[in-house]
Amino acid sequence: MSDDVMTPEGGPPPGGGSNGWRKEYWRKNLRLMVALLIVWFAVSFGCGILFVEQLNQVVIAGFPLGFWFAQQGSIYTFIVLILVYAIRMDRLDREYGVHERDHDGGLT
Amino acid sequence: MSETQVWALVFVVLSFGVYIYIAWRSRVKETKGFFVAEQNVPAVANGAAVAADWMSAASFISMAGLIAFLGSDGSIYLMGWTGGYVLLALLLAPYLRKWGKFTVPEFVGDRFSETVRSVSAVVAIIVSFTYVVGQMAGGGIVFARFLEIPQAGGVAIAAAVIFTYAVFGGMKGITWTQVAQYTVLIVAYLIPAWAVAHTMTGIPIPQVSFGQILDELNALQAEFGLDQYTQAFTARPQIDVFLVTMALMIGTAGLPHVIIRFYTTKSVRGSRWSALWALVFIALLYTTAPAVGAFTKVNLLDGVQGQAVDALPQWVQNWQATGLVSVSETSETVNSVTNNADTFAAGEADLLVNNDILVLASPEIAGLPAPIVGLVAAGGLAAAMSTAAGLLLVISSSVSHDLYFRYVDHHASEARRLGVSRIAMGLAVLVAIYFGINPPAFVAQVVAFAFGLAASTFFPILVLGIFWKRANAAGAVSGMLAGLVFTASYMIYTLEVFGTSANEHVLGISPEGIGTIGAVVNLVVTIVVSLATRPPSEEVQEMVEQIRYPSEREETHA
Repeated sequence: MSDDVMTPEGGPPPGGGSNGWRKEYWRKNLRLMVALLIVWFAVSFGCGILFVEQLNQVVIAGFPLGFWFAQQGSIYTFIVLILVYAIRMDRLDREYGVHERDHDGGLT
Repeated sequence: MSETQVWALVFVVLSFGVYIYIAWRSRVKETKGFFVAEQNVPAVANGAAVAADWMSAASFISMAGLIAFLGSDGSIYLMGWTGGYVLLALLLAPYLRKWGKFTVPEFVGDRFSETVRSVSAVVAIIVSFTYVVGQMAGGGIVFARFLEIPQAGGVAIAAAVIFTYAVFGGMKGITWTQVAQYTVLIVAYLIPAWAVAHTMTGIPIPQVSFGQILDELNALQAEFGLDQYTQAFTARPQIDVFLVTMALMIGTAGLPHVIIRFYTTKSVRGSRWSALWALVFIALLYTTAPAVGAFTKVNLLDGVQGQAVDALPQWVQNWQATGLVSVSETSETVNSVTNNADTFAAGEADLLVNNDILVLASPEIAGLPAPIVGLVAAGGLAAAMSTAAGLLLVISSSVSHDLYFRYVDHHASEARRLGVSRIAMGLAVLVAIYFGINPPAFVAQVVAFAFGLAASTFFPILVLGIFWKRANAAGAVSGMLAGLVFTASYMIYTLEVFGTSANEHVLGISPEGIGTIGAVVNLVVTIVVSLATRPPSEEVQEMVEQIRYPSEREETHA
């Protein structure tokens, strides 16, 4: 490992030298996680179950909207949620210098 | 032999040849290879392996038909069996991979106590066994229908191939055959679906084009006296749709054979990306299935509507021999269709159609050529075998790694451990063959509830174990048992299993949905008991702290 490893911003990892960074890293992880889970719940249980009948009043390309969320839209949303999580966590890990050095490139 | 049978045979033999070749290439010499494929599987490959591991004979053969008859409420399976991957990716996979050992019970053993580990191992074995029996039987049915080999023979052939790669290659052999099996099953599913979509709407993308036939389908349903297809909550009340969807989601995230697939990636980062790939690969089939269901339902209703019973389409005659389609003897024309054998037996419907036929016969119903029908046979087998192999690995590792070496043989050498694990795998395959051929009566009912059990036992204590340092062994044991007892009791109360009589559902909650409440019970009990007893040791808390960070922090040097 070379001595001049830098974070993307070029400075030392945030959070200072003691273990203060741990709390910060974890809090950011949790905040991202909760935000994504709120979307997860709103789209699948909200649009696909709780408000499905109201949404069914709107019809797009032959699909009643609630029906579309229940059978198609929620699944696409799940994919996007995991994609956002994987990208944001890669960035967070680098920012705090806890990324793994032997990479397994997700997209490569 | 008919032309279809010849093609089915060609595809089945070819695909089995590939699986055995892969098995030979991925023989293992160490337990790390046997249990976690040397933790060296690239994210994309692991994603495909998860998808094959996950999508069972039921996903491939039965799901589209189930949705066709449930209509809008088929969403419980579509959302339930995909939404769990969001929970896996965000709450479990990266942390369990960081902790990095061999089995799910082993994690709870380190995190809580050896008792929790033993209880988990036993639950993992029970859940996996009920599930594997269904796969074996499913494989046998494909053989019986497409190749006219007796079901017992079919089960034995499929199991012999699984035996070859699972015993020699362990997780490594299973992983790479699952990648091949995913390819076979998805091609076999998508080609007929594209063809049907193109024939019916001119647009070969089923996900987009099935919107165009929904009006027609609603109208047809009305003529048959059925509920509107796109109308929600016709099959189950809203509260039950909610609870079943949730139970399937958290059950998915708690199933050991799915979780251990994330132990095999190269890194924590790899586990996140492979969760993404897994869901992409699964979604290819899961977004196609509702379209296949809707298209085939239209074709089916349209083809038989008002027809005289002796003038029905050719496929009805072809599949009558298998017992999957039956025409009422007292009817002269077909004006009603059901998928419920009891309704049919009571003389309330003119035509009985089994759920499975919508996928198995969809190429035929749409008039596609024989090679495509043959391909569907190879796809169904790939789906059944890949899931069976993943389950057998969980059984083998729980028996050997979590129970045998801890209670019987403490100081086994590496070579001996590998040997015992192989024997455990071999025995598990034999037991699975036996029950695949002679499925116990209760299995068909119980398998649907494996999710409820996984949801109410594993998921809450895994999540609390990772995210709450204060959770302790006493809490986890009480929580797991409370969740298990609560869920199992309600299932037995509402179902006819083991000779009990079925009672009315309470508040419209079905036994499939009770796992959600069981999970809440588990969660609450674990929290309350943990708070009432001593916190876990410093070492355990430090372990929980460490799994939060993918690697050591890289300090910049002054």
